[in-house]
Amino acid sequence: MTDDLPPGRGATGEPEGVPRAAPAPDAPAPTVGRGGRRRDQALALGWLVAAWLLLWGDVSVGNLIAGLVVGVAVLLFFPLPPVTFGGRFRPRELLVFLVTFIAELVSASLHVAAVALRFGYRPRGAIIAVPLRVRTDLNLALTAEVISLVPGTLILDVDRARGVLYVHVLDVRGPEDVSGSRERVLAVERRIVRAIGSPAEVHRLDLEPVERRNHQ
Amino acid sequence: MADWAGGFLLLAGAALGLVAGIGLVRFPDVLDRMHTATKPQVLGVLLLLAGLALRLRTPSDLGMLVLVAIFQLSTAPVAAQMIGRAAYRSGRVDRTLLDVDELAGR
Repeated sequence: MTDDLPPGRGATGEPEGVPRAAPAPDAPAPTVGRGGRRRDQALALGWLVAAWLLLWGDVSVGNLIAGLVVGVAVLLFFPLPPVTFGGRFRPRELLVFLVTFIAELVSASLHVAAVALRFGYRPRGAIIAVPLRVRTDLNLALTAEVISLVPGTLILDVDRARGVLYVHVLDVRGPEDVSGSRERVLAVERRIVRAIGSPAEVHRLDLEPVERRNHQ
Repeated sequence: MADWAGGFLLLAGAALGLVAGIGLVRFPDVLDRMHTATKPQVLGVLLLLAGLALRLRTPSDLGMLVLVAIFQLSTAPVAAQMIGRAAYRSGRVDRTLLDVDELAGR
């Protein structure tokens, strides 16, 4: 179900569905044409208006207009680097991601609580570098957010150009905790990409990363 | 019934908030403390919101609670990351507590 081509993204969008034979070492963020940029901005405006309506707790014409005005002002005066969505939603994988996330958030909270309440225990930590396989800004941001909420890991720094997350690991008792955390981060990335990534990105998950010089 | 469930969720959320506070005081290092500021703290707030939702049960309040939950989930990791990164770069992280440091020298 993931091997078909994604819908084109506007007249100027690059055809993105062709699985790249070998992942380029420095795969650039997909270029976004003017049509794609417009679409991303319209999407952002939609979210801003929705947030505005939720804040007022009341859907009325006045709130809608005010939300549009505020949304356009936010987009005009606080422009952000374009983060485009080139993938597709897969409801089943999204559900898998959400359920796993909630379970992991609960177990992470209990884990931290147990460490915090254990008398006279000084946890040791580690900082590890985890190169991600899909280097779009969206995937970097989402993975970084989620790994801070799952057991043991916390995002510390991001190398955006090389797609590397630097992660702090809490309560390290041996090398297996370090390698386990690495696996956990990559598992989070896998679930996110499977839920919302493009077919090419899902395909890339199964390829061995070309560069693994950060660690062995 | 929903009131009882809501009350239970409120208590559970408050307990997690308390544990997060204890961890914040007890952990030896900035980076460890950021773990308590994200995981139990976020889940505690989510449980409080769920408890409130069960007590309030009006659509406009529910919208607001959903919004709070979304912002909590998306901002807490970012805040923790900014603090952790600033602490690491300014040398306020106790290296003797780290088994591995692959960020060193970068």
